[in-house]
Amino acid sequence: MKALVVCEARGGKALDTTFELLEVASRLGAEPVMLLVGEASAIPAAAGRLLLAEVERADAYDPGLHRNAVVEAVRRVEADVVLLPHSSYGWDLAPRVAAALRAAQVSELVALAEGGGLEVACCNGKMRRVVQPATAKVVVTVQPGAFPAGGARGGAPSIEGIQAAPAAPGIEHLGHEAPSAREVDLGRASVIVSAGRGVGKKENVGVVEALARALGGELAASRPVVDSGWVGADRQVGSTGQTVAPKLYVACGISGAVQHLAGMKGAEYVVAINKDRDAPIGEVADVLVVADLLQLVPALTARLRQ
Amino acid sequence: MKILVCVKQVPDMSSRFAPDGAGTWFAEADLAHRINEYDECAIEQAIQLKEQLGGAPEVTALSIGPARVGEALRKALAMGCDRAVQVDEPQPSRLDPWQVASIVAAHACAVGYDLVLTGMQSQDRGSGQVGVLVAEQLGIQAVTTAVSFEHADGAVTVRRELEGGARARVRVRLPAVVTCQLGLNVPRYPTLPNIMKAKKKPLDVVPAASLLSAEPLARTARFFAPSRRTGQVMEGPVDQLVDRLVALLGEKAGAKRQERT
Ligand SMILES: Cc1cc2nc3c(=O)[nH]c(=O)nc-3n(C[C@H](O)[C@H](O)[C@H](O)COP(=O)(O)OP(=O)(O)OC[C@H]3O[C@@H](n4cnc5c(N)ncnc54)[C@H](O)[C@@H]3O)c2cc1C
Ligand SMILES: Nc1ncnc2c1ncn2[C@@H]1O[C@H](COP(=O)(O)O)[C@@H](O)[C@H]1O
Repeated sequence: MKALVVCEARGGKALDTTFELLEVASRLGAEPVMLLVGEASAIPAAAGRLLLAEVERADAYDPGLHRNAVVEAVRRVEADVVLLPHSSYGWDLAPRVAAALRAAQVSELVALAEGGGLEVACCNGKMRRVVQPATAKVVVTVQPGAFPAGGARGGAPSIEGIQAAPAAPGIEHLGHEAPSAREVDLGRASVIVSAGRGVGKKENVGVVEALARALGGELAASRPVVDSGWVGADRQVGSTGQTVAPKLYVACGISGAVQHLAGMKGAEYVVAINKDRDAPIGEVADVLVVADLLQLVPALTARLRQ
Repeated sequence: MKILVCVKQVPDMSSRFAPDGAGTWFAEADLAHRINEYDECAIEQAIQLKEQLGGAPEVTALSIGPARVGEALRKALAMGCDRAVQVDEPQPSRLDPWQVASIVAAHACAVGYDLVLTGMQSQDRGSGQVGVLVAEQLGIQAVTTAVSFEHADGAVTVRRELEGGARARVRVRLPAVVTCQLGLNVPRYPTLPNIMKAKKKPLDVVPAASLLSAEPLARTARFFAPSRRTGQVMEGPVDQLVDRLVALLGEKAGAKRQERT
């Protein structure tokens, strides 16, 4: 069996997710061949075989061109499995490749089940499914962080150039925007108290903020709280917000979606306050307090202030 | 101009999920349903565009599922969609994303839409495939993960969300599919007069078999709760929880707290 490992690059640099994909390939018992659609500077430092489809404007992602490159690489190496990171790159590209190959796509792999089943997250991370593809080829996106880094790090791959057929013009890339400048650097905070949608409404954010103050920490928030305008965008924690690593992280009314966990799993000690005993935040919490935060948090703050 | 919005009805995610009899999906019996939150952003975007263009575009909401999805479609109509189509399928969970997309594409092909809006993913299945697969099956462009949307001169300019707060700006000519990410807009609540008006708007029901010809490419073999590594679980009356937490939080927050107080 052969696995095509699609490398992701950002800002001209290889991303480490490639090593996680190599680990999946090895657990599948598949011989890996890497593919980079981009520029030579972004070739990952991993030993093995790598196909390079050089493109002119590597920073201007052209989905049709990338799809054509992956399809050409699949043909070239006779790959059975195509592995991509489950990222803004991977989830955009994977269904295009799957459609071109008429192959099943399996999204957000978190583990390999016995008997060749592919285990994925569902129901906002609360539950799992095992998906059984019915096609000979399979396209799989892999949840970042779900597998340890594998492969031989530090080597240099042997490189073969391939040519991707240009795609019909369609999507015009107009440019990139860097994240807006942040006034708050949560990365340095040693105590963070974070408000999730469980606070219910904007007026209740103050309850969580008061606890943050009583603990001498910073207020943070999950994405829906930021999207609703209850808390400023520079306090969002997660894959599209900041990455934090405090000594103490108190998650108030946060379910623990993987994109949130991505930003706070480096915390030393996690206390989660949640009404739902089954909330996935329990997976990373040292203590899960099953309670209504609107009752518990004010009482807690009052006692801490005494 | 014709706009199609795909609307999936999903269980409230704070529900307790348990496997169904076959062990391949969740048991639906006791679950409260609502509109997939990404699709609410898609509906809102369609209505905003309709308003921007002086009411000219016709906005159709489509949902594949059993009779219960009628409720989601009525809400979409009350938010401002003009018509709705329920593709009647008693067990939508047995369809894989390729089949769901083929139903949407078959409907879209017959009507001829300029713009198809979907959520970037469904909260229950979370495959994030249907939007792009619809575009691939229709042979039109797809832009995913939109967090901003502008329409002018037959083209749409979108900010695609990347990681860490970065964005890419792209432009695509219509017809196209755009998949909507949370934060694209703040979906409106239907007003009472609009809820009343929605009752008179057309809601067609068509059998799934009339639109579905594709075979599944994958199936769900098993649905289950993960075995979780859980730390300590604290439960009980609030005052007791406070007693236990004060010392713990004080200790973990450590020196920092003493400095400040
Ligand atoms: C591409 C992408 C990127 C994303 N990036 C991010 C990101 O950077 N950061 C991020 O946070 N999210 C991100 N998300 C969103 C993420 O998937 C979740 O939707 C989000 O994290 C959920 O936020 P939440 O936990 O506050 O809300 P919910 O999931 O709605 O959870 C609310 C929780 O509060 C609990 N609750 C309700 N009422 C109470 C009460 N009174 N007392 C106690 N508990 C209560 C509920 O049991 C529930 O567990 C991203 C999603 C996508 C698709
Ligand atoms: N049963 C359905 N009915 C209508 N639209 C759907 C259905 N399933 C998925 N979709 C649409 O496809 C998007 C992506 O779904 P998924 O690929 O399942 O994550 C959703 O946000 C919806 O817009």
